[in-house]
Amino acid sequence: MKAVITVTGKDSMGIIARVSELCTEYGANIVDISQTVMQEYFAMIMLVDLERMDVPFGVFSDELDKLAAANGLKIHAMHEDVFNSMHRI
Amino acid sequence: MLNTNDILETIRMIETEHLDIRTITMGISLLSCAGGDPKGLADRIYDTVTKKAENLVKTGEELEKEYGIPIVNKRVSVTPVSLVGAGQDAEGFLKVAQALDRAANTLGINFIGGYTALVPKGATPSELTLLDTIPEALASTEFVCASVNAATTKAGMNMDVIARMGHIIRQTAERTQDQQCIGAAKLVVFANAPDDNPFMAGAFHGVGEGDCVINVGVSGPGVVCSAIEQHPEASFEELAEVIKKTAFKITRMGQLIACEASKRLDVPFGIVDLSLAPTPAIGDSVARILEAMGIACCGGCGTTAALALLNDAVKKGGVMASSKVGGLSGAFIPVSEDEGMIAAAKSGCLTLEKLEAMTAVCSVGLDMIAIPGDTSAAVISALIADELSIGVANTKTTAVRIIPAIGKKEGDSLSFGGLLGDAPVMRINQADPSRFISRGGIIPAPIHSLKN
Repeated sequence: MKAVITVTGKDSMGIIARVSELCTEYGANIVDISQTVMQEYFAMIMLVDLERMDVPFGVFSDELDKLAAANGLKIHAMHEDVFNSMHRI
Repeated sequence: MLNTNDILETIRMIETEHLDIRTITMGISLLSCAGGDPKGLADRIYDTVTKKAENLVKTGEELEKEYGIPIVNKRVSVTPVSLVGAGQDAEGFLKVAQALDRAANTLGINFIGGYTALVPKGATPSELTLLDTIPEALASTEFVCASVNAATTKAGMNMDVIARMGHIIRQTAERTQDQQCIGAAKLVVFANAPDDNPFMAGAFHGVGEGDCVINVGVSGPGVVCSAIEQHPEASFEELAEVIKKTAFKITRMGQLIACEASKRLDVPFGIVDLSLAPTPAIGDSVARILEAMGIACCGGCGTTAALALLNDAVKKGGVMASSKVGGLSGAFIPVSEDEGMIAAAKSGCLTLEKLEAMTAVCSVGLDMIAIPGDTSAAVISALIADELSIGVANTKTTAVRIIPAIGKKEGDSLSFGGLLGDAPVMRINQADPSRFISRGGIIPAPIHSLKN
């Protein structure tokens, strides 16, 4: 399965590094990434492949929640199919 | 890669517009449990429900995490207890209610529906016994919901049962007076009750259903409201298009979750219920959608037309998004569960009479309305008769879930908390209908030609 991770919040150094580090640790392979900073506001969308993830997805998304809380960010991790089914006929 | 705007739109819907899956409801047939002594029956029911739904909550929570979408309720509906327990006495039915309650507690679900009798044309002695046990069953359990189908377009209206329900609703409220009369909030009287409704309190697993199914109810008034607010000058055709597109997206998510839940639980997918179900949270209100369309206050002139447009567009958008649609499907207008409805009722702009008119064009009926505690059983029965006649004449589902606020009067309120919200006690016309209600018998089924 693939998942979409969105990260938003006030910009600071090393956000991408921290999120990618967590992805690597849990075996989520980054397939695509787009990121921008608008007036100190950081926004990133990542597509990750979870084929090699060896823990349940819930555990990974809990870790992302912790990372978000510790860094004052908002992180959503959702199954790719949500977007495919909502926005594609 | 996916379109960035699409991703952000979905996140916004969930994050700020309260988009969620309102309920995953597992329908379970209990017909194989029927017969025997009360204890054996209750034990078999407990075992069947806890076995079939053992992974329901766990699976719901997994899906919630994986898909990043809140799944607010996990529930179970069962075959009408009047059928499973046919031949039982009052004590037997109450044992079944206790068994259902225990099962719900074990499973960790928040409601179990199906303490139900289907009596639109006539009632057997054991169905009448079940009806009479409803106040005790609802007062002595926490999770059990009861419903009664008292009328259908084909059979007409069972006025004997409707007359009895006035008393039963009052007794249920009286028995739970110390808990804000909450018993009456778990009791629905239907016309044309659907067999596959996932929403409480009226859910039951119809006799035409299979052994076990997964039905899913979606939600999303906030999403529709925000879409409408972005088009303040749109014509009605454009407005209908906006609602249809939004309903499509909401329903696709429901369909996705329903299919996935069905696969993981190895239970057939039943239906998606295309309903706009409000909650008392700000920004999750059906009333506010009508106001966003241009009605100054929900209940004012134009409200019924606005609601008719909304209801129709939601169905048109949703039908294409799902392979199987059913249940109640439409906009819900429960007063206590809708922040905008509460405000409109408190201000006096929204009256019971207007709510009744609104139910002619939407699902589901007079829902979660508190009325003064001294309202007589005859007035309650007559209100039910009025509402059900709208359903019978228009070949649609209508229902009544009203709460006599025992010890309270107009202007007071009942506070249930959670999704059930706060119910302002509304004025009801107290002119005595007892001579009408006491006639007894059946109001014949309506003719279906000569339509005017």
